[in-house]
Amino acid sequence: MADAAFPPQALPVGSKGRHASGWWGMIALIVTEGALFAYLIFSYFYIASQAHDVWPPGGRPHFWIAVPGTIILIVGSFTARYAERGIERGNKGRMLAGMGVTLVLGIVFLLLQGVEWRDKPFTFTSSAYSSLYFTVTGFHMLHVFIGLLIIIMLMIWTAFDYFGARRHAAASIGAMYWHFVTVVWIAVFCTFYIAPYLG
Amino acid sequence: MASTGAFRVPIIARESDSSPIADRLDRTWRTPAGILGWLISVDHKSIGKRYLVTAFLFLIMGGIEAAVMRAQLIRPNQTLLSPEAYNQLFTMHGVTMIFLYAMPVLSGFSNYIWPLMLGSRDMAFPRLNAFSYWTFLFAGCFLYASFIVGRAPDAGWFNYVPYTSREYDPGINIDDYALGMILLGVSGTVGAINFIVTLFRTRAPGMSINRVPMMVWGTLTASVGNLFAIPAVSLAFFLLWLDRQFGTHFYDVTGGGQPLLWQHLFWMFGHPWVYAIVLPAMGIVSDALPVFCRRPLVGYTAVALATITTMILGFGVWVHHMFATGLPPLSLSFFSAASMVIVIPSAVAVFAWIATIWTGRPVFTTAFLFFAGFIFVFVVGGVSGFMTAAVPLDWQLTDTYFVVAHIHYVLIGINVFPVVGGIYYWFPKMTGKLLNETLGRWNFWLMFAGFNIGFFPMHIAGLLGMPRRIYTYPDGLGWNTVNLITSLGAYLFAIGVLLFVINVFRSAKFGRVAGPNPWDAPTLEWSTPSPPPPYNFAVIPTIGSRYPLWEDRLEHGPSDSYVDQGYLLNRGRETVGTTALDAEPDVVLEMPGDTSAPLILAIALVALICAALFHAWWGVGVATAVTFVAAVAWLWPEARLGQTKEIARG
Repeated sequence: MADAAFPPQALPVGSKGRHASGWWGMIALIVTEGALFAYLIFSYFYIASQAHDVWPPGGRPHFWIAVPGTIILIVGSFTARYAERGIERGNKGRMLAGMGVTLVLGIVFLLLQGVEWRDKPFTFTSSAYSSLYFTVTGFHMLHVFIGLLIIIMLMIWTAFDYFGARRHAAASIGAMYWHFVTVVWIAVFCTFYIAPYLG
Repeated sequence: MASTGAFRVPIIARESDSSPIADRLDRTWRTPAGILGWLISVDHKSIGKRYLVTAFLFLIMGGIEAAVMRAQLIRPNQTLLSPEAYNQLFTMHGVTMIFLYAMPVLSGFSNYIWPLMLGSRDMAFPRLNAFSYWTFLFAGCFLYASFIVGRAPDAGWFNYVPYTSREYDPGINIDDYALGMILLGVSGTVGAINFIVTLFRTRAPGMSINRVPMMVWGTLTASVGNLFAIPAVSLAFFLLWLDRQFGTHFYDVTGGGQPLLWQHLFWMFGHPWVYAIVLPAMGIVSDALPVFCRRPLVGYTAVALATITTMILGFGVWVHHMFATGLPPLSLSFFSAASMVIVIPSAVAVFAWIATIWTGRPVFTTAFLFFAGFIFVFVVGGVSGFMTAAVPLDWQLTDTYFVVAHIHYVLIGINVFPVVGGIYYWFPKMTGKLLNETLGRWNFWLMFAGFNIGFFPMHIAGLLGMPRRIYTYPDGLGWNTVNLITSLGAYLFAIGVLLFVINVFRSAKFGRVAGPNPWDAPTLEWSTPSPPPPYNFAVIPTIGSRYPLWEDRLEHGPSDSYVDQGYLLNRGRETVGTTALDAEPDVVLEMPGDTSAPLILAIALVALICAALFHAWWGVGVATAVTFVAAVAWLWPEARLGQTKEIARG
């Protein structure tokens, strides 16, 4: 009808890229999850600022495990992006390969974190610092673990031939979550490993 | 199953609710009858009504708790309640009113009204909507279940450490509160995400951001606030649970922790939250009050900006709850000034409402009385808030009944009054029946008089030095009369609320039939039948102004609104997605149907916190596994929703 404000036009149908509601939902989820980590980091700095003794207790943490872990996570974000680019072009093999590498890198990160946890001279209940360390890195590891579950599901769905060049909203949304996990780690890394050297 | 096509030119049609196409839409969108249908429904209208009913049930529970407390305090040296029982009652009263009534009741309104106001057929995430309701209900039940074992939360709704550390409160009282609040946080967060995406994605074509109703602004602002605020309280409670159950030292001085960390995290959440539970209610007034003044709201843009400003400032004032904790003077000055600045956006809204009444032709319905009464109570609560924002006065008044008076003026004033007024306004839309106006007058005047008689003397009790949260007081301190008046006023208020409940039940059965638009209101929800059909709109309206149903009377922009002509979208459950600011048609959204996944996921989560409460780690494992399976089933890509590869058609 000519008098309606919007003339007939072709619209995409369903979950398509940034048209998908899920894409918007993930942004909102990342905002609130980002706030959660901001409050965790606030708790760290607040307790650090009120500490009477030397902070961190037992001296500054070493980089031997955390730096390789950080590099692995950052590389994992690039491989996830590589996979996403693959499915954007309809290349299933590239999606599977990229996500497969990301999965392995994520698992290696968790294993490295496990080694670091094991080698710490303190436990969960030793002091406020140790409680913070295990809680904040634990929260992050949980997020990595959830990210890995998402990547596994995306690989299964890709293998089922659910995604193509024009329909892969789930893959883009999952990749966005994975990037968030990487970015949050950088914040956690700076808090626990860099900040003590600045004070 | 056939995949949806990549692109489609949606048919633009003119349809009414009695056409054969509307019949088919009805079958597509209608939830199956029966208990199963009730459990799996994702219809925003039934979820909205459930939210409202559940929240009112909690309001009544919280009211009963208050009534018992006022019986205890009506005279000095009463022994109706033991100190332990009194602690649990005042704590659960606060928890109930603030967390289980005030926010959910507003979510109920927004859930019910938003898609109708926005010209959409459902919320952006219908399943998430159902999930948000179920987790709210289960979290509420989880919190109340603690009464069964006689160990309800008992350290006040803001739950300060070290009162709540295991050393001083060893029972499950606080653990129940901590885990229940984490689950409730999930509900609030997903609800907030749903509102935000709904606003930005599912407005009718042409409803640009400067044309949305004010309640939408209020709920949007509150939802964005919630996204940032809720993690603080969930984290605070989680850390407290770790301290209590696993011996960590976040709040424990002996291990290098800080009790004040609790207060910071709690109030970083708590103060924005106060605005989250009043801004949508102020939005209700901004939308409904002008209808009874027979004119548009004065200063739409100013009120919208004031809403957002209030929320932003609300994140910078949390320390005014902590003036007496020994923080540095610079910090006190800053937060005191920030708290006073909030007066400005609040006053903008108040003057806009007054100007609307002043320059309009008021119709004195019950709803109008509630909104006008709200303005009065809001100003009183605002003044006492301004007073306690001043550090020296706060030092005198903190932890006295003055603060109790303030919080009740603010929360009952800005939440309960607009909510009851909002029910008078929208009840006809929800049920097709008008509430009785005669009963409504009695309802209003009893509530208004009872409220002021009950709560105003609390200011005086506070100035006379009566501390809050004491289970009784000795004779001869000069507190007897004010407490007697407060108790009597509270009972008068309760009778008013009872009349409201009676009116709802009576009018639902015998009320006058309302018709689609009994108040001659301007917004889209009034263009639908009362109650609206399952699909809301036979065709998606096209919007040309802020007041689509008043366009024949108001000057407006270059284009007209069309409420009976627009996109048909009838291939399954569909609605239109539009661009975030200009609301130009952007995508055909394929909407999910009714499903049990949200309910199963919510059951899994409440099972998880139950297991965690009793350290049944195998139960936590099982519940986590069910959570994962339910989430995967929920998110499994579906061809019908256009989530999978397009299959070449032909």
